Amino acid sequence: MLIESHLNPENAICRELVDAGDYYIGVVKAGETFRILDIEGNQAADTLFFNATNPSERYSAMDTIREQGNVYLTTGSQLRSNRNNIMLEIVADTCGRHDTLGGACATESNTVRYDLEKRCMHACRDSWMLAIAENPEYGIRKRDISHNINFFMNVPVTSEGGLTFEDGISAPGKYVELKAEMDVIVLISNCPQLNNPCNGYNPTPVEYLVWNAS
Amino acid sequence: MSGSIRSIDYSTELEVGSHWSLKLRRGSVMRLSDTSGGANVGMLFYNPENLLERYNAPDTLKCQHTFKLTKGNCLYSDMGRIFASIIDDNLGWHETVLGNSHASHVEAKWGKRDYQQDHNHWKQNGHDAFLVELAKYGLGEADLAANLNWFSKVLVSDAGDMKLDATHSKAGSQVVLRFEMDTLVLLHTCPHPLNASEFYPEKSIQIELGQAQGLTDDDYCLNYRPENGRGFKNNTLYHLGLGA
Repeated sequence: MLIESHLNPENAICRELVDAGDYYIGVVKAGETFRILDIEGNQAADTLFFNATNPSERYSAMDTIREQGNVYLTTGSQLRSNRNNIMLEIVADTCGRHDTLGGACATESNTVRYDLEKRCMHACRDSWMLAIAENPEYGIRKRDISHNINFFMNVPVTSEGGLTFEDGISAPGKYVELKAEMDVIVLISNCPQLNNPCNGYNPTPVEYLVWNAS
Repeated sequence: MSGSIRSIDYSTELEVGSHWSLKLRRGSVMRLSDTSGGANVGMLFYNPENLLERYNAPDTLKCQHTFKLTKGNCLYSDMGRIFASIIDDNLGWHETVLGNSHASHVEAKWGKRDYQQDHNHWKQNGHDAFLVELAKYGLGEADLAANLNWFSKVLVSDAGDMKLDATHSKAGSQVVLRFEMDTLVLLHTCPHPLNASEFYPEKSIQIELGQAQGLTDDDYCLNYRPENGRGFKNNTLYHLGLGA
């Protein structure tokens, strides 16, 4: 559902530009709201959430889609943890649909999907691996890296049971906004994938903004 | 049912609400049979050499451009390797995105899990069943990934709404897995999380284990998609020096 935000970027307490192929990691407190802005359009932001006090509790695609009875994420979607607790809620969305079935790209899965000789092309999971290696204070380990959300990505399921990566339905200036219901670690890989249309074959920066609890 | 099974050497039956785990060697087969119809088998895979390598449902689906799993599909790890191939399937659709029921779901639908009253007919849930098996290998909730739900079909509308097809699996439904690398298999027979039956289901599953025929160049799974050919090459690299 398309819902615009009333929050003003000038009042944000944090504004970070995240280039394609880079990661962002940080904590959002319960009650705070953050936005991911697709600056140039068609850019996948591969995102994971962890309970800031116990990262073994994390975003769970399975629990989220089961409880809402729908495979796509948009305004009103409550993002649930592997303990089936509500971690965040999408409170604004000008894109309309986000994927949580397709997972992230990895160098290893790229060998299967595209070519064995593409094993060294940069991928989201490598950004996450660097993020957890450079930021051990968050207590996130490889085993905690799981099934993510692909904001701005369009992965439709067909009634015959097909699944395809379609050209994005995002566009320059589209954004998604989430309100935290618990203190959460936000881990974003701004996707570097060059082999499919998830970034329009041209990965571009996203902006990450946070607002205080209203 | 399948020419790719060399022998069946072990057979067992699990009632609903059960869980089990075992290591299966490369070249072994597992045949699952829904003996009464309407069963569900939750399943996860780990690499016993490196328990951080585990079944990856998103990679499995996206690399084969499918939402459902059936004969020909391979089941991938997060390291681009194939744990197992589906070498036979008379059902046509198994799902791998809905996960498990929690204790709270089972209690709300069918009543509390209560060993004191019900003994081994207690109303176990899939989430806790996996936690029990994971703990036996030093693993925990952080290691839990999106699992397979054999015999369960979830339909998705154009708008994304999901529905379990309650009449999907009839008695006699079978699916056969061939293991392409040594694999730690965790499984449970708890009801699918979207199961809306009036009563906690009374179903059972037959599990047969044995040996597969050797892989040939014209193998159905190997040639099912070009991606699977590359997946098998990753397995060949993993087994370099071990022989065929």
